[in-house]
Amino acid sequence: MRDVVITGVGLVSSAGEGLEAHLTALAGGTPNTDAASFEPFPVHPAVTLEWDRQIPKKSDQRQMEPWQKLGCYAAGLALDAAGAKEDAALKGRMQLIVSAGGGERDYAVDGQILTGLRQADNPGVFLNERLMGDLRPTLFLAQLSNLLAGNISIVHGVTGASRTFMGEESSGVDAIRIARERIASGQDDIFLVGGSYNAERPDVLLIYEMGSFLWKKPYTSVWERPAQGGGMILGSGGCFLVLESREHAAARGAKPLAAIAGVASDRSRRQPGSVEGALHGLSRQLGAKPDVVISGATGIKGITDEERAALKDITPGAAIHATGDLVGHTMEAQAPIGVALAAGLIAGGQAGEALVTSIGHWRGEGAIRLTKA
Amino acid sequence: MALRDKQGRPLVAVTGMGVVTSLGQGKDDTWAALTAGQSGIHRIERFPTEGLRTTIAGTIDSVDVEPFCAPMLSERLAMLAGEEAVGQSGLASSDFPGALFIAVPPVEMEWPQREALAEASGQGGEVTYKDLLKAAATGRFKPWHDLFIFGTVADRVADRFGTRGSPISLSTACSSGATAIQLGVEAIRRGETDAALCIGTDGSVNPESLVRFSLLSALSTQNENPEGASKPFSKNRDGFVMGEGGAALVLENAESAMARGAKILGYVLGCGEKGDGFHRTRSSPDGMPAITAIREALTDAGLAPDDIDYINAHGTSTPENDKMEAMSCTAVFGERMANLPISSNKSMIGHTLTAAGAVEAVMSLMTIGTSRIAPTINYQVPDPAIPLDVVPNVARDASVNYVLSNSFGFGGQNTCLVFGAEPKLMY
Repeated sequence: MRDVVITGVGLVSSAGEGLEAHLTALAGGTPNTDAASFEPFPVHPAVTLEWDRQIPKKSDQRQMEPWQKLGCYAAGLALDAAGAKEDAALKGRMQLIVSAGGGERDYAVDGQILTGLRQADNPGVFLNERLMGDLRPTLFLAQLSNLLAGNISIVHGVTGASRTFMGEESSGVDAIRIARERIASGQDDIFLVGGSYNAERPDVLLIYEMGSFLWKKPYTSVWERPAQGGGMILGSGGCFLVLESREHAAARGAKPLAAIAGVASDRSRRQPGSVEGALHGLSRQLGAKPDVVISGATGIKGITDEERAALKDITPGAAIHATGDLVGHTMEAQAPIGVALAAGLIAGGQAGEALVTSIGHWRGEGAIRLTKA
Repeated sequence: MALRDKQGRPLVAVTGMGVVTSLGQGKDDTWAALTAGQSGIHRIERFPTEGLRTTIAGTIDSVDVEPFCAPMLSERLAMLAGEEAVGQSGLASSDFPGALFIAVPPVEMEWPQREALAEASGQGGEVTYKDLLKAAATGRFKPWHDLFIFGTVADRVADRFGTRGSPISLSTACSSGATAIQLGVEAIRRGETDAALCIGTDGSVNPESLVRFSLLSALSTQNENPEGASKPFSKNRDGFVMGEGGAALVLENAESAMARGAKILGYVLGCGEKGDGFHRTRSSPDGMPAITAIREALTDAGLAPDDIDYINAHGTSTPENDKMEAMSCTAVFGERMANLPISSNKSMIGHTLTAAGAVEAVMSLMTIGTSRIAPTINYQVPDPAIPLDVVPNVARDASVNYVLSNSFGFGGQNTCLVFGAEPKLMY
């Protein structure tokens, strides 16, 4: 099996743009939070980006909604960081795995239709007519899950082939897992892997509010929330990683930040203690001996406490950072962001080995072990 | 027979198959209807169609779910296909010894749910998402969180069959079903598992998804004669017809399948894929990505173009796809393309979207197993620009050892699979 290394990170979120900005933010301070726009739900909003810098054509920008633009922008940063952006031949054989949900809706149209449906003589026909008349034809392409990958192919020329994984947090872990396995086995040499999430959307807030998963008080650390009922704060952001075999990186003179020593994921039937047990199992499977943990803890009651207890057992001396306390919960992008931060700490000499955890808010448990390159 | 391919990887055998389409439940019924040239396309009765440009589809109306919505129907179709496939394989029906790879349509909350939330909010004036959020806060709608997140169909299917590990839900648009199979093949070849359950499912014919395709001018509007609307490769083709379906394949390491005495239905010999960065919905004018995907699949299978006996086409019946597919096949197969049978199941069951690659994989293997090629129906007006042997209108008996199945999708997705009765002998 071949070693798999990270040679490029592209990261945007409420904490800024680029790996350095995020490592600085990780060292201290409180996250950037917007408590007003979706009151009573705080969100961690993406910083304002100059889209032109990574998505040069306005026509491309117009075809994308924010979740795609965040992802496309982060993908461009990753390609730059890996020294791959100008190498068309390399990008032409670069494989792509994206972890994605779906895209934004037209909220005004939805509201108008719901208002009109109440008085409509024939609601079904009214719905048909309004959808046909009011939906922007290209909006569908901004909603389709696999069109983040499609946009990355178009804007950045990454055209080996793309696959889009869905399924909330787990999709991020499994995207990294499958990419790593394909490189390690020799099937492929180089991958762009990652995801993005737009939290500043009432439709995603609606889904998680239905399930009573959202934190509705001022920002508090994820570790402190369970004692006050628990809940997650969604965050906007995007993260892509360039992964390649050690030999491939060396041959093209790319400097690895860290190695991905292992990725483990599973799903437990959730009951008290199952998350704690799952983390012990994943950690054993990976042979993890980290001196730093990047936790994807959500702040949700029960599972957050179980993760904290498990981490205390697994790594009594390790420093523990929560991505939720840096950028918020970014769902499909959460595991890639954790890996990016871990790689940054290792590359900067602040850690020798890192464990990234991803306990899904509802299902799915994953962990990724990073070591020095 | 060697149980490894030319590259030394484990051979991947198919030991179980299941399918449900608008033509029927189960692969035998569906295959009988397909080879009889029957169409499953009909007028939509599930919801009012007044005000729509397209009023026909290949919906599956015989399956009831509650509440009726795309994720529930997609889940049910996956279960039905999975039960047939796992049942045929002889593996444990609820303790499947491998991973799940499932192509599912992207889900979101639908209009009946939005309306229920709007009503529960008590808002008498203009409804906004603030009102829906207020209703959500009551806690009365808790089950809808689970119902409308992306990982739920896979989670429930994984529970039902007891598959191992983290199930993978995926989308590569209209090639998703093929990608699910490809992921299973790769996992077996890497030695991570000896078995994989690969499923494609799509039960998403609802007003909004139909309108979305309609607004992209992708759908046929020839509503007068529903059975005749899907006309792949015909000169008068005018778009695809949405269909629903589910299909499942049990893939196994051939060595372990033989060791347990399983009946082998065929082999997945090769997979090929290539991205296209030309446009969001159109393919590169030179056809290079599709051509590359086909060539990669043949190379991966250890076959030459001359080995292929039949092509199960993507054949959507859109002007763009069929022209591009014909051009790409001609580039790979050359002059032989004039006589190499290529037919489209979509002429009868419509485009089952996320499920299509898996449904058509099952049909490709049925072609091998029964030595019979299903026709392309509604082929009355040949397109002189794409002279092909589309097996027009009537099924044909033929000895078929190797099949190429094409799947292409929005977002530059091109995935091709090669199936065989046996692997090609090594010298």
